[in-house]
Amino acid sequence: MRLIPPLTRSRVTVRSWPFFIDLGIALCALAAFFAVISTGVYWLSKPVPVVAISSSIHALPVYAFYSIVRMAIAYCLSLAFAITYGYIAAYNRRLEPWMIAALDILQSIPVLSFLPPVVLAMVSLIPGHQLGIEMGVILLIFTGQVWNLAFSFYTSLKTIPREMTEAARIYRYSGWQRFWQLEMPYAAIGLVWNSIVSVAGGWFALIFCETFTMGDRNFQLPGLGSYIQTATFSGDVRALISGIGAVVLIVVATDQLIWRPLIAWSDKFKFEQVESAERVTSPILTLLRRSAFLGTAPERIWTAVQEPIMRRLARSREARVVHPVDQAQSGRSSPTLWMLAVAVLAAAGWGSLQAFAMLRTITWPDLKLLLEGAAATFLRVNSALLISAAWTVPAGVAIGLNPRLARIVQPIAQIMASVPATAFFPVLLIFLVRLGGGLGIGSIALMLLGTQWYILFNVIAGAMSIPSDLREVAALFRFTRWQRWTRLILPGIFPYLITGMVTASGGAWNASVMAEYSHVKDRTLEVIGLGAQIDAATDSGRFAMLLLATIFISLMVVTMNRLVWRRLYRLAETRFKLET
Amino acid sequence: MAEKSPMREADTLNETLMQNSGVEAIIRAEKVEKYYAQPNENRIQVISATDLAIYPGEILALLGPSGSGKSTMLRMLTGLSTPSAGEVYWHDKPVSQAEVNVSIVFQSFALFPWLTVLENVAAPLQARGVPADERRERSMRMLDMVGLDGFEGAYPKELSGGMKQRVGFARALVVEPEVLFMDEPFSALDVLTAENLRSELLELWAKKTMPTRAVFLVTHNIEEAVLLADRIVVLGRNPGRIRTDFRVGTPRPRDRKSEQFTQYVDYIYKVLTQPDTAPAAVPEVRAREQKQPRYQMLPHARPGGIAGLLELLLDKGGRDDIYRLADDLAFEIDDLLPIVDGSQLLGFLRVEEGDAAITPAGTEFAESEILRQKELFRDAAQSNVLLLRQIRRALETKSDHTVPEDFFLDLLDEQFSEEESQRQMETAVAWGRYAELFDYDAGRRRFVLPDAQDEEAAAGEDGREDGQ
Repeated sequence: MRLIPPLTRSRVTVRSWPFFIDLGIALCALAAFFAVISTGVYWLSKPVPVVAISSSIHALPVYAFYSIVRMAIAYCLSLAFAITYGYIAAYNRRLEPWMIAALDILQSIPVLSFLPPVVLAMVSLIPGHQLGIEMGVILLIFTGQVWNLAFSFYTSLKTIPREMTEAARIYRYSGWQRFWQLEMPYAAIGLVWNSIVSVAGGWFALIFCETFTMGDRNFQLPGLGSYIQTATFSGDVRALISGIGAVVLIVVATDQLIWRPLIAWSDKFKFEQVESAERVTSPILTLLRRSAFLGTAPERIWTAVQEPIMRRLARSREARVVHPVDQAQSGRSSPTLWMLAVAVLAAAGWGSLQAFAMLRTITWPDLKLLLEGAAATFLRVNSALLISAAWTVPAGVAIGLNPRLARIVQPIAQIMASVPATAFFPVLLIFLVRLGGGLGIGSIALMLLGTQWYILFNVIAGAMSIPSDLREVAALFRFTRWQRWTRLILPGIFPYLITGMVTASGGAWNASVMAEYSHVKDRTLEVIGLGAQIDAATDSGRFAMLLLATIFISLMVVTMNRLVWRRLYRLAETRFKLET
Repeated sequence: MAEKSPMREADTLNETLMQNSGVEAIIRAEKVEKYYAQPNENRIQVISATDLAIYPGEILALLGPSGSGKSTMLRMLTGLSTPSAGEVYWHDKPVSQAEVNVSIVFQSFALFPWLTVLENVAAPLQARGVPADERRERSMRMLDMVGLDGFEGAYPKELSGGMKQRVGFARALVVEPEVLFMDEPFSALDVLTAENLRSELLELWAKKTMPTRAVFLVTHNIEEAVLLADRIVVLGRNPGRIRTDFRVGTPRPRDRKSEQFTQYVDYIYKVLTQPDTAPAAVPEVRAREQKQPRYQMLPHARPGGIAGLLELLLDKGGRDDIYRLADDLAFEIDDLLPIVDGSQLLGFLRVEEGDAAITPAGTEFAESEILRQKELFRDAAQSNVLLLRQIRRALETKSDHTVPEDFFLDLLDEQFSEEESQRQMETAVAWGRYAELFDYDAGRRRFVLPDAQDEEAAAGEDGREDGQ
């Protein structure tokens, strides 16, 4: 049975960095945003081809392949970056607070609003247009995936038991050996679980951003997302359904062929003193292990690679002394570092000044529109959350308390959570257009599509984790239904429910960008909302609006996280933790 | 500040002779200190300036109550931790620059769960660039030596605690360390397993099959120290410093029942329970710090434990040897000393020459029934424990009769490390709740005056009655 572990950030709930660092990071982000936009605008002088999308089903495998390649590149980049980032943050005391504050803000910003400037910048950086757009989309998926991976790796490094680190030091492990024998294995499980979440988020963004319009320019890349959107645009239901089918198939296949074997394999990295009874099994992994060649070859190759490196490192001077654990790397601040810091600060100041200058073009009606939009989106996101919770809590508890049912439903819910809601949205849209309805309900429905599954499978996991002796006590004392819910079930599932809601909330905010504004055939559907403002600004190329809307949305997400979710998390970790 | 035992005069002499006879120490600490600087310019002294040396051929046991900095001392000697002042030498070279060849056996074993037993043992050799074949051969030999033949392919989680620690020993010995450090290696094991491992260790040492020249054992188990060590160093706390350093002359194997053995144990208890002589030269005490009321260190004992100890003592006629009490209860010093200290702090008990003697107040306490006991405890706690007195007074003064915990934690932080402040607070909460001095709301992390709650509840009820 697969249970989702609590989000990694819960381990670092205590806010330990001063406020000015947040401010600094926010300014830097502003500056970066402006930098990306201005380079983008500056360089955008070449025509960009729109790749025509064939709606033939035979073309589907090729499109699927393109999308998968994009995903794979983005994921590998994210993983490499996340590991580097986490490593530096964990071991460099001076940079640590800055890097963690940056992570905290960056993972709250909805990526989709960055799409236009990122693509613009990449298109201009790389002369071959196709590659430029490709890189833009890949970079966007990357930004959506990387932060939680980095956070996971960082927290893993920070929670390595002291005596393990000391053992590595006293036996004079080289950094290389420490990385492969202590740090990576210790972080592996967290990385695998966060990769699943990341890749699901990646699909969500990919489907959306393979086709988009900015100003008078259309961008289109061959892929599943553009296939689905073209089908929607032309109203080709057959193509639409086969496109969605392909997405679902890929998600299920990834789950069975990659994630399940990985989870089963990473079981050996579990940091436990006693072997646990419940294990994840994967037929694929068993198959691989049974094969004589595949079972031993990777290991043999691995040792062949490692052996000379370790030998050489052992002879280095570094490996001859015991390095103290309580001493940060040389705390000397070199003048270059200072100059770099000053340069970064100056650039940040200049960039944010420019950004603010750009914001001056915003008029009062614009601002009013944005504020109204912010309120509307806020209500929409939270009602989507409430509706999800309202049906998933009773359903999830009913399923979770019935082990046989849970064993069937749990994996399905988990796969459903990985299927990008963006793929289903066109169907929903066509349906709404036929009914003649607007986007008001549609956008909430879309958010629901993406959010409810996270809550459902977390609630199921929570209900399954309620100890049976507590349930027996409830039965023994003939608790009324009310008592059972308030005294046993709700407190029991609380930590899981919060975990699910936090993930769902992030997803819903991200979804708002695409849920509130859409083109179907020749119509533009739109409701009042921040997401709609972002899209409309993209369409019309109004960067000031885009910037301000993004700032609003980020501020709201960060505030909600700080004021509501983090507190609930702490409560879940202290009061409602079921300790064994 | 080593105190000399009259009965061990000869041994101390013996040691001085040895030190002077030109045997070179493997590791030598000179005036090492450990302190943590606080943001407010106070510093928390963990270990005050201490000299300590490890000589070839000896098993040295470092003994002390929790909070005396035993583990910190071990880490400074191995180079894992940098002293705040002073220097550690490895054969005359500063430890930070020397090619130190030591191993540590950890309390929690610290085995890598994702490596097999063999891989775990071979990993340190890999770090030293030993070729694969030789690695395997040497590791297998070590596993053979500790009796783990046939387990090389197992993962640590498949092994029992005792077997895990055997792997820990094999891993430590495979690099043929000059000094084998052990950090409470037996305290995570059950009594029988620990006993078994201890005797096997002694056997290896006696037969010289163990490829190591000296052993340094950190422990809080007095009998373990007397059983194993050639030389025992006892640390006191607040701050950590050497209370006594002596040699155990009895040849091994030693008999726990023998007169000599009990004399050694008794002597160590006496040293540990003797009221601290003035702390060795407290450096740079700030004037500000002195003006403030200093909190005494609350021993981490539960009120129930204190009551239990006093009742036992009363049963034994009101006075007994602490060593015998520990023996009767099968307690280690870390279990018993806090309870003794706590009883002493509350004035229920006096420690004289290694004996615990119950006081009249203690007698009354032990003879009373539970409600009366709480009353007596409350009076004793309020008159003897500054922190509890302050919390109570603050609660009484404030109009809403509640005070956040952080307020007192801040005060404690000036004097203790963050971790210790937290533990002090936990103990204070346990005592205060028992004595009904105050109530503690764990959800809001606030202290509440119990009467206030009663009054509120009473007022509520009154209101209802009025309404009816």
